[in-house]
Amino acid sequence: MTQRRSHQIGTGLFIVLGFTALGYLATQTTSLANYRQGPTYALKARFTNVGQLKLRAPVKIAGVRIGSVSDIQLEPDRLEALVTLAIDKRYDQLPDDSAAAVFTSGLLGDQYVALKPGGSPDMFKHGDEIILTQSSMQLEELIGKYLVGSGDSQTRKPAAEESPATPESANH
Amino acid sequence: MSDKPVRGSLIGDGLAQVGALALFLLQVLAALPRSLRHFTETIRQIFFVGAMSLIIIMTCGLFIGLVLGLQLYEVLSRFGSTASVGTVVAIALYRELGPVVTALLFAGRAGTSITAEIGLMRATDQLAAMEMMAVDPLAYVVAPRFLAGIIAMPLLASIFNALAIFGAHLVAVSWLGLDNGTFWSNMTGAVDVWTDVMNGVWKSAVFGGVVTLVATFQGYSTAPTSEGVAYATTRTVVYSSILTLAIDFLMTAFLM
Repeated sequence: MTQRRSHQIGTGLFIVLGFTALGYLATQTTSLANYRQGPTYALKARFTNVGQLKLRAPVKIAGVRIGSVSDIQLEPDRLEALVTLAIDKRYDQLPDDSAAAVFTSGLLGDQYVALKPGGSPDMFKHGDEIILTQSSMQLEELIGKYLVGSGDSQTRKPAAEESPATPESANH
Repeated sequence: MSDKPVRGSLIGDGLAQVGALALFLLQVLAALPRSLRHFTETIRQIFFVGAMSLIIIMTCGLFIGLVLGLQLYEVLSRFGSTASVGTVVAIALYRELGPVVTALLFAGRAGTSITAEIGLMRATDQLAAMEMMAVDPLAYVVAPRFLAGIIAMPLLASIFNALAIFGAHLVAVSWLGLDNGTFWSNMTGAVDVWTDVMNGVWKSAVFGGVVTLVATFQGYSTAPTSEGVAYATTRTVVYSSILTLAIDFLMTAFLM
């Protein structure tokens, strides 16, 4: 009888330990840990291109996470991305001329929304829109710009060589 | 099964084994509802296959985590992406290493003892005696162990994973100096509850069933000699390891 009881206690301990481990893994080491339980308020921002921005991507100020992306939609009339940000209520002192930009963490990392605080005395309220936005940098566009830019400098090079030549010819 | 090994072609023997195992699975499944009537026996078996395996599972989990942290930090530092050590460790553990390594250890620690126990029951005619007393050994001996394996394995794999994450954290953060916040935030940003953690839980439940099924089958159908029990114990480890890895491939291919 006592042996059976000790087996039951051992089994109970084992099951409690197992579920504790599973619960810890599921809530603390996965994306569930990023859900803020506290109250949030919504800000909107329009971007011409959000790149690979995903739902629940972090919103950061100075590298500190203050909220997450709660919705991404295409605005039918302006054909722009309307991104809704859920900002933690603790951070309600954001000047209403702050700027939002879509950045990439590292060279190939995930994308996030960075807020750059402005200097306005008025603060953002629930539902406000961030006017100043900067879209995500597209690698292809940058390469395209680089190619076009190098083409420009090649066409300009003879002109640059000519221009010092003209004073020389004037000297002669 | 007969005392002497059946003479025949290798393929024929193999097919006969597979068929007998499948039939045994059906019999065990049919006996499961009856075994629930004495659930205390299942609890006792969870203690023996689960709680008694804790020490080896925790020790091995810790060392797997330490090694993973060390190796990945070294390799990833060549690409300047040591920040993702936590992510890679967690995903590798949750999806593959946790369930598979736990199942292999489980086969060695619990599967062998199940086979030896049931094999000795067979060799000493205890199973025959049970049948004579109208006690179905499938419902009283086999099914509780099978059920205990299915219940205990996901919990063991979770404990294994938790210890391994702890070990990787110990190496990467405390020893090699990776930033603590980077380690966790990269992990929480990339690991998903359903596709990673729960995927591993389903896998380990299936592996627990596979290992205990093979172990009980080998014990149940052993040649009733001391040599027969020894062979059956060896076959348990070999067959359940092969089956675990094969089913792991199938589940990965179909579940993802």
